[in-house]
Amino acid sequence: MVEVIVFAIFALAALGGALVMVSARNPVYSAMGLLLTMFSMAVFYVMNGAHFVAAVQVLIYAGAVMTLFLFVIMLIGVDRTVDTDEKIPLQRPMVVVLGTGLVFLVIAAAWDSWITGRASGVCTVDCTGTIEAISEELFGAWLLPFEATILLLTIAAVGTVALAQFALKPRLVESGGEEE
Amino acid sequence: MIPLIAQVSADGLQVEPGWYMALAAVLFAIGATGLLLRRNALVMFMSIELMLNAVNLTFVAVDSGLGSLEGQISVLFVMVVAAAEVTVGLAIIVAVFRKRATASVDELSGLKG
Repeated sequence: MVEVIVFAIFALAALGGALVMVSARNPVYSAMGLLLTMFSMAVFYVMNGAHFVAAVQVLIYAGAVMTLFLFVIMLIGVDRTVDTDEKIPLQRPMVVVLGTGLVFLVIAAAWDSWITGRASGVCTVDCTGTIEAISEELFGAWLLPFEATILLLTIAAVGTVALAQFALKPRLVESGGEEE
Repeated sequence: MIPLIAQVSADGLQVEPGWYMALAAVLFAIGATGLLLRRNALVMFMSIELMLNAVNLTFVAVDSGLGSLEGQISVLFVMVVAAAEVTVGLAIIVAVFRKRATASVDELSGLKG
């Protein structure tokens, strides 16, 4: 019963955070809403026995990614006048209709299979996601994909540096020769 | 077609993995709505992150339903890819902002003929 109450509280928190993220005018409030949703996700992971994933969620998402978001928001400034005009007519009503349609479509498509179905498997030995269990899997069967992520992260880091460099260059080399 | 609340087992009301999946579906839809609704590139990016998080929650819920660990491994890989994506994406947004002094995607119509 405690589990149900915790689920209800944090489900409301996650939904509220997501709605704040979508609807807030100020991007800083959006980031705070997303932060609340990500912390609620970490609680859900713990409730599902995914302890290591929950820790990584707090460290990477709530810590690193959201800090990076807030850093960029502070760096490029908060412009509130973005959402005033509509380029496509009736965009907002159409989006709301599409969004609710997507909810009902997903839930209706999978209603019989997973929402009302009972859990089919039973955790027999050690399938809570402790660090030992995760690393058994990760460095055993998933070693090659894990190595590939190293390549991916290196490429991403080099690409970020390259983007920062190339964004600076035209302004330094040719002054005013760009468009507009 | 049993309602969600009616699943009372012997030891009281239990949180089923399906509940998490329903919540994840709603969160995914909110993220998709935000992606379509907002014009600020940063908020659109946050919506993508929300959609990725919703999928992660689905993975973990399926895992605890099936009693396996593969879903959690997948979540770790999704997190790695999302972190790389955030770095590159935010670098692109900052680079665009340096040129155009705006984060609104409506202004970025330079390729339109």
